[in-house]
Amino acid sequence: MRIAVASGKGGTGKTTVALGLAMVAEAVTLVDCDVEEPDDHIFLGGRGDLVEEVTIPVVRVDETACTLCGECARVCAYGAIAVLKDQVMVVDEMCHGCGACGIVCPVDAIFEERRRIGEVWLRERGGIHLYTGFLDVGQPLATPIITRLKALVGREGLLIYDSPPGTACPVVETVRDADHCILVTEPTPFGLFDLTMAVDMIRELDVPFDVVVNRDRDDFPDMDDYLRAEGIQVLMRIPDSMEIARLYSRGVHFVEEMPEWRERFSDLLVKVIGGGVR
Amino acid sequence: MIIGIPTSGNDLSADVEQRFGRCQRFLIVDSGTMDFHVVDNSALAMGGGAGVRAAQQVVDEGVEAVIAGEVGPKAYEVLERANIKVYARVTGTVRDALDLVRSDMAKGADGPTGPARHGR
Repeated sequence: MRIAVASGKGGTGKTTVALGLAMVAEAVTLVDCDVEEPDDHIFLGGRGDLVEEVTIPVVRVDETACTLCGECARVCAYGAIAVLKDQVMVVDEMCHGCGACGIVCPVDAIFEERRRIGEVWLRERGGIHLYTGFLDVGQPLATPIITRLKALVGREGLLIYDSPPGTACPVVETVRDADHCILVTEPTPFGLFDLTMAVDMIRELDVPFDVVVNRDRDDFPDMDDYLRAEGIQVLMRIPDSMEIARLYSRGVHFVEEMPEWRERFSDLLVKVIGGGVR
Repeated sequence: MIIGIPTSGNDLSADVEQRFGRCQRFLIVDSGTMDFHVVDNSALAMGGGAGVRAAQQVVDEGVEAVIAGEVGPKAYEVLERANIKVYARVTGTVRDALDLVRSDMAKGADGPTGPARHGR
């Protein structure tokens, strides 16, 4: 069973929900796919041990064979190659390693090297195996690390993917093979706007989903109107609570300190796993 | 001198477009005769890498200089490696910008005007 926790807007509580679920599970693999700013490990005592460096292919040009014809630059969908009068310029961090340039090169002047873009770490605590992807600072390609994370953790047992925010490629890569997705939102105009984008994305991906409303204050009826109109089920509401915020700011998840929330997250997990939803 | 200028207009009275990689089109102007032609920016709708593609396009047009508003680091590197002189942070109409450059009043850029955007 693979559960993705996504959001649209950042800072709504993906980590809160993903960690809450993981902490009440008997045995779980938690995967922090927010590789630009992973934070699950902060609540679990550190990043653990290095599993591997993540590398991706990057294009190189054999200048003795190259005729500067420009075909590679024309086919590159990522703007990673420029062919000038006397040289070929490759912008490493733009290259997705797709191989198109190598296919069109008429003189076989293109080859690949591996380039490091980040790391994967593993932390074990209690029944939780936490795999965290870290994208190196300055690197723009988050998706290959998420792809690698998923290959490393496999598909057995209970898996929880803590997604990056937004609705772009890294989120799609995180969510697309999940059995179920929980969208976390907050009752603000910004939260609602980004929720609608996340709902559009998840429907396109055809992944069953529901919503958790975080920092709920019962003062933004637009959110409830939208959810009702779209027929979206709200699985849990977490109130806007100073106690929860205080614990969280110390790196303590409230499930660990507030027994009633342990129970509520257990119920949430059972609901999602049991397929009692949708 | 052949000069490439990003713009959203179609002639010399149009404004210099501030974003190089994401401009609508380029005016390719011969500053000696003021003859020009227009090329659409093929990089406009790219998800990322627009700067490199746009720079490649003006290189292919055979320009010797570029007059622009903002020029990001990747576009700048392509232009620099192609030995194309870059005049950046220029505002106003294309004609005024050309006058500035022709009268030697404009200062060449010594680097990109801002950080990489990576498609954002």
